[in-house]
Amino acid sequence: MSAITEGEVGQATLEELYALAEGVYQDFTDGRVPELQLPVRSKSNIEFDEEHGVWKYGDSSSTRSAKKTNGAKMLLRTMYMINFIREMIETNKSSTLREMYYISEGWDLAKFAKQSESDKLAEDLEVVTELMREDFKLRPEEDGARILGDVTVEETTRTGDTRVINCRDDVGDAGYSVPFNVEEEKLSLRSIDCDFVIAIETGGMFDRLVENGFDESHRALLLHLKGQPARSTRRLLKRLNEEFGIPTVVFLDADPWSYRIFGSVAYGAIKTAHISEHLATPGAQYLGITPSDIVNYDLPTDALTEQDERALKSELSDPRFQDDRWQGEIEFQLELGKKSEQQALAKYGLDFVTDTYLPEKLGEMGVL
Amino acid sequence: MSIANELAEKQREISVSEFFERNKHILGFDNTTRALITSIKEGVDNALDACEEAGVLPEIHVEIDELSDDEYKVVIEDNGPGVIKREVPNVFGKLLYGSRFHQIRQSRGQQGIGISAVVMYGQLTSGQPTTVLTRVGPDHPAYRLDLRIDTKKNEPEIKNEEIVDWEKDHGTRLEITMEGRYVRGAQSIFEYMRTTSVVNPHAQLTLVEPDGTRTVFPRASEDLPPETVEIKPHPQGIELGQLQAMAKNTEATKITSFLQKDFCRVGLSTARKICEASGVREDRKPKYLKTDDCKDLMKAFDEVRMVSPPTDCLSPIGEALIRRGLRTEFKDADLIATTTRDPEVNGGPPFQVEAAVVYGADKITEEEQVEILRYANRVPLLYQRGGCVATTAIEKIDWRRYDLDQRGGQGIPRGSAAILVHVASTNVPFTSESKDAIANIPKIEDEIELAVRECARKMRSHIRKGKKMRKLRKKENIIRQIIPQIAEKSAQILDRDVPDYERSIANIMNAVMVTPEITYEQGVGHDVKVRVTNYTSHGKKVRLIVEIPPDGTLEDPNPDKIGLEDNKLSWEEIKIDSGEARTFEYRIRGLPPDDVSNVDAYLDGIDAALIAGAEEWEEDTVPETAPAPQQIDPDEEEITKEVEV
Repeated sequence: MSAITEGEVGQATLEELYALAEGVYQDFTDGRVPELQLPVRSKSNIEFDEEHGVWKYGDSSSTRSAKKTNGAKMLLRTMYMINFIREMIETNKSSTLREMYYISEGWDLAKFAKQSESDKLAEDLEVVTELMREDFKLRPEEDGARILGDVTVEETTRTGDTRVINCRDDVGDAGYSVPFNVEEEKLSLRSIDCDFVIAIETGGMFDRLVENGFDESHRALLLHLKGQPARSTRRLLKRLNEEFGIPTVVFLDADPWSYRIFGSVAYGAIKTAHISEHLATPGAQYLGITPSDIVNYDLPTDALTEQDERALKSELSDPRFQDDRWQGEIEFQLELGKKSEQQALAKYGLDFVTDTYLPEKLGEMGVL
Repeated sequence: MSIANELAEKQREISVSEFFERNKHILGFDNTTRALITSIKEGVDNALDACEEAGVLPEIHVEIDELSDDEYKVVIEDNGPGVIKREVPNVFGKLLYGSRFHQIRQSRGQQGIGISAVVMYGQLTSGQPTTVLTRVGPDHPAYRLDLRIDTKKNEPEIKNEEIVDWEKDHGTRLEITMEGRYVRGAQSIFEYMRTTSVVNPHAQLTLVEPDGTRTVFPRASEDLPPETVEIKPHPQGIELGQLQAMAKNTEATKITSFLQKDFCRVGLSTARKICEASGVREDRKPKYLKTDDCKDLMKAFDEVRMVSPPTDCLSPIGEALIRRGLRTEFKDADLIATTTRDPEVNGGPPFQVEAAVVYGADKITEEEQVEILRYANRVPLLYQRGGCVATTAIEKIDWRRYDLDQRGGQGIPRGSAAILVHVASTNVPFTSESKDAIANIPKIEDEIELAVRECARKMRSHIRKGKKMRKLRKKENIIRQIIPQIAEKSAQILDRDVPDYERSIANIMNAVMVTPEITYEQGVGHDVKVRVTNYTSHGKKVRLIVEIPPDGTLEDPNPDKIGLEDNKLSWEEIKIDSGEARTFEYRIRGLPPDDVSNVDAYLDGIDAALIAGAEEWEEDTVPETAPAPQQIDPDEEEITKEVEV
């Protein structure tokens, strides 16, 4: 990418977006009902991509036609958004998704009811043009991860300087904050002295491992996912895994929502299946908490809610969760009717997780 | 006088008040609530009949004062012809008195036991006499009389007669004190007044309730219903007992002249045929006919072909007046569909059914059962809803087919609708003497069902038209705004001119839309604009037909190259290109503002699926609003001939 100038990237992006407008324009001149074809973005239309070892969208597509009021609105929004992206490219600006949402307030009939709608349309545009939203000059409201462990990175700062940071020695206990852009031009990974990466769902557990010195005692790189991980977090996990060749384990709650997080980390998220090969880490392993752990460690539990049960059943039919281990665990959990949190391990004391649980699990997985 | 005679006399004397006591329930005085309603009903029915017979637009004032817990004073005042003084005791004080008992003619009065029963009830429960104030004209004095009934002799007595000042030129006012209980609700005086007002739009009714609440049911029409004609009985509509009584009382001396003079639709040749068929000799004296002879005659009546009874003895309300009455009651209704069936005269007393369906008035909620308004000879029926043929006919219909909710496809449907059924007859067959419900005669049930279904079909097509139209309208609004913006933005992105988007819009709507707009101006009338928009991808050639309300006058159709036939206005060979619209205008004069609330429009020449806001034109689907004229049989000639034998 270094051989191509930013201006050329912008021009190429615009060509793709103009093609969309062209199609609509042509529909009008031919007296047709304008429409857009989009891949179906649901679990019914994801397929395993052998080449990348991740799940990507299949061939099913849906038509957004101006025949329906909603389709017409979607087309109008698309036109507004393309126009907006064009302005940004031409004036060399960028905006956050949230800023775009607020700007769309002025789009009259095309304005969105909530930000998730405008975010989704930006994703749709990625899907249709096979570009990334960064190409559109759109970036997320960074809610990036923290990492803590003996890894050295080189970050290009806003002033254009480069800064070398060791994510254990040069940072405080909160760790190193991952920037929203983790591509090579912004962040390069220099060296690592860890045996594995452990991605952790909750801040509480991340801090527990930091306080207990788990990074040093077990030569681990700790990464805080912050719930459903942002694209940059998943991208960084993938780069760490690929560039250093060390195992990645994922440590989450034992509930359907956490399994979804794992799915997006390891297999590719349904929402972003068009760029799974950039974001998913096929080698990532699920460490726990598993439904079996609930019984084996006799953990405190909550009953599954109706929504939990529905989500679990939906996962049973999710093509990404078809292997025997997942099917077995999910069915077992439905039978059990219980769920449990990472922090339930505190039942056995604050050190139990680092002294007993994680070493045992990592041993079973062959990571330690 | 012998002892036996004396006893018999005594027996007869006791019987009047006792007859009343014993039969309170069948006369409509079975409880105090009911008694109050019956009293008002008798009084108002009487007043309406009196006004109509005299050709006066009725103005009836009803007032109910609570004197103590269970004692009320009922006042019924009308602007009718009044009663001459010497007739007052007979009209108001004699049970079973009145000319109506011998008439074959549709009137309200045959419905009840009569106003004298109310006078009797008042006297029996309160001990008070009835006060009658009446005046027959501006040149006559107004009399106030206190009236009592001697229950032993069934003889009225006048007390305290005086001449008084009265602001009315003519009319009658009754004041009756009685035991009663005043209620509101489904079976109440208020309901009776309200429902009476619906089918009597020529009357103005005022009700003052015990708490002082005054409700005026205003007059909605200046036209009196046509006068009904008294007819003699038709042979095919009488019972054996009636025939025997007629034979005994006739002045005719031969069977043939008896049949000709005392029956309608019987001429000499028909009379002879009857005699021949029955085997009763033509010159027999009617007075001496035996029961078996009468039975033979009855049989012959059914065998011999004769002209149906005339129908001018019936007084249907008429569709225009029903609509007007319902419109006054349901001001914001989306639709009032009406039907008047042809009179049914074959066998039995002639009758005629009218029906109406009101749809989409605010006061009728979606979830509740539809309101059923039942009438017999313009008198509302409030009681025994379930036992009435009008109700059973409605319950039998699968209303789901007409887009109303109905559990299991039977029973009373739910939805924002009201159904009106009116049965007019010279002799309405009631289930009992209290005359609350019409008996289940298959012929009447069939006619009611047909009439109601006809209205229901109109309602369904209205509902569906409305749904399709609302959807399209909404879509049109949005599409009309969004599509131009999409076109504009796409052009802006590409730095080109805005493309023509009309054909795309037509492709999206894929309908020919008919949108009427009605404006009313006092003194001018209703201006109607019908816009036809071709939202399809191809040009269309259509015929537009609109129905003109029968009572209105059409003016200034534009474009004026039109056809006009049977109240239907049509524009032929209208060419409209894809995406184009054309407007058609006309004016209707002479109708009150509420009478033109929607336009029945039809399109001819395009696929029904493409039509929105109108119906597909089918030659025979639009029913005639006026009943077809009755066939005149050649036998008719005979009737007018006076035959002397």
